[in-house]
Amino acid sequence: MSDTGKYILETQGLTKEFKGFTAVDTVDLKVKRHDIHALIGPNGAGKTTVFNLLTKFLIPTRGKITFNGRDITATKSAEIARMGVIRSFQISAVFPHMTARENVRVALQRKLGTSFHFWRPVSSLNRLNDRADELLTMVGLEHFTDAVVADMPYGRKRALEIATTLAMEPEMMLLDEPTQGMGREDVELITQLIKKVSANRTILMVEHNLGVVSTLCDKITVLQRGALLTEGTYEEVSSDPRVKEAYMGKAA
Amino acid sequence: MNTKIAYLIAIGLLLVAPLAIYPVFLMKLLCFALFASAFNLILGFGGLLSFGHAAFFGGAAYVTGHALKVWGLPTELGILVGAAVAGLLGLAIGSLAIRRQGIYFAMITLAMAQMVYFLFVSSDFTGGENGLQGVPRGKALGFIDLQDNLSMYYFVLAIFVIGYFVISRTVNSPFGQVLSAIRDNEARATSLGYDVDRYKLLAFVLSATLAGVAGGTKTVVFQLASLTDAHWHMSGEVVLMTLLGGLGTIPGPAVGAGIIITLQNYLASGPLGAWVPVVLGVIFVICVLAFRRGVVGELREVIRKSF
Repeated sequence: MSDTGKYILETQGLTKEFKGFTAVDTVDLKVKRHDIHALIGPNGAGKTTVFNLLTKFLIPTRGKITFNGRDITATKSAEIARMGVIRSFQISAVFPHMTARENVRVALQRKLGTSFHFWRPVSSLNRLNDRADELLTMVGLEHFTDAVVADMPYGRKRALEIATTLAMEPEMMLLDEPTQGMGREDVELITQLIKKVSANRTILMVEHNLGVVSTLCDKITVLQRGALLTEGTYEEVSSDPRVKEAYMGKAA
Repeated sequence: MNTKIAYLIAIGLLLVAPLAIYPVFLMKLLCFALFASAFNLILGFGGLLSFGHAAFFGGAAYVTGHALKVWGLPTELGILVGAAVAGLLGLAIGSLAIRRQGIYFAMITLAMAQMVYFLFVSSDFTGGENGLQGVPRGKALGFIDLQDNLSMYYFVLAIFVIGYFVISRTVNSPFGQVLSAIRDNEARATSLGYDVDRYKLLAFVLSATLAGVAGGTKTVVFQLASLTDAHWHMSGEVVLMTLLGGLGTIPGPAVGAGIIITLQNYLASGPLGAWVPVVLGVIFVICVLAFRRGVVGELREVIRKSF
């Protein structure tokens, strides 16, 4: 298999500098197709910055990003999303004043090509309801379809976020700390969900919960102070003394 | 269902209102109600505070006045030309302003609107300090003489209802859904593949155009376009109307406009005449501190809680 077939997303020398501070330092990342790939590292290691660079919410200072063999270094955020790379955010990315079904429908409706049609009634979107409800059922939100999202519990919002992301039929999902701030039950729920939706997809996730990482991930990349420290399976990475040092400091 | 009944009652009341209330006052009220509703499209549903909407209201007021008085266009066409110019002005100001958010957006719209204002002060066609006077009302559809206040009233009412319907439909359309998604979480809307700036710009242009319809209609009613229409006071007043009535509710801004215009009218003729701005200021502070949802928003909350 050629390199572009094997790897869905690659970066070469990806660098981001903020006035005299290098947040991401010449990172070469290779994400294998259909893997669940974790990006871990202590606070300030540059994990979220990498996400922002990959989805062009930040512009790289140097380096190259390719997706499916296509150079996307200069592609805009919305365009990257339309290519099939959908990201989530650290805080739950939902539309709080809309219902759960409307949230999912926003992701579905772009394909209808009527999103600029201000003269068309909103009921013209009703034909998307079945698909929206199907996605909501998939993430266990079948009883929340008409709930206003602001009133939903936190774990449910994150599940909704995944349903909305799935509505885009993404080839690749970037999840930024999907279990952050959750109780144990919710963590379990979301872990199962990620496992379920990872079929035929590639997932790159930033995650602090090493339990989640060890159950889910095929490959782990460790970042430290913006640079790539090491890569490998959970066993390889967790036994690496440099990783322990990065997390615990020299004394440990 | 309940909303439909409420709207039918409101239209019924507006149809018989001139029997009890002076039509010119009612027409002024409807023009500002439309202006505030148009403004709410960008503030309440787009989440962008424009501080330059007087440019669209006042700009259309002058253009409509000029089109009717100098070019002799039919009344409806004159209003449409005014609205179109307001829309183009909205496209120009909007394209610059939507690149920024929050206070910067507000400041850019204010600065641009001030430039438009000074253009009007120094232009000949506006009549400067005197304004554009003696604009003919003309005939609606070519045969209804609008010189008659009652005919004029129903003409304005028809424009208001159409404008209000366009706004309400825009909010409840596929476009409206994307717009509320952008207002709620812009980064997320981008990551779902929406070029958010283009949606914001369309909302801004629609809002400017409808504000133009209100401004043009106002010129026809009073047969006058003046600098007051384009002054930044006007931009501030429309913010006040929208917040007082209920931000992000469809009928709120119209209600807010009704309250403000009524107060101005009654206070101006009473002993508090010179104190109108102070009274309005106090009302604004009370509203922001105690009734943050505005009149319509608070009413809805009461109804929601009691059922």
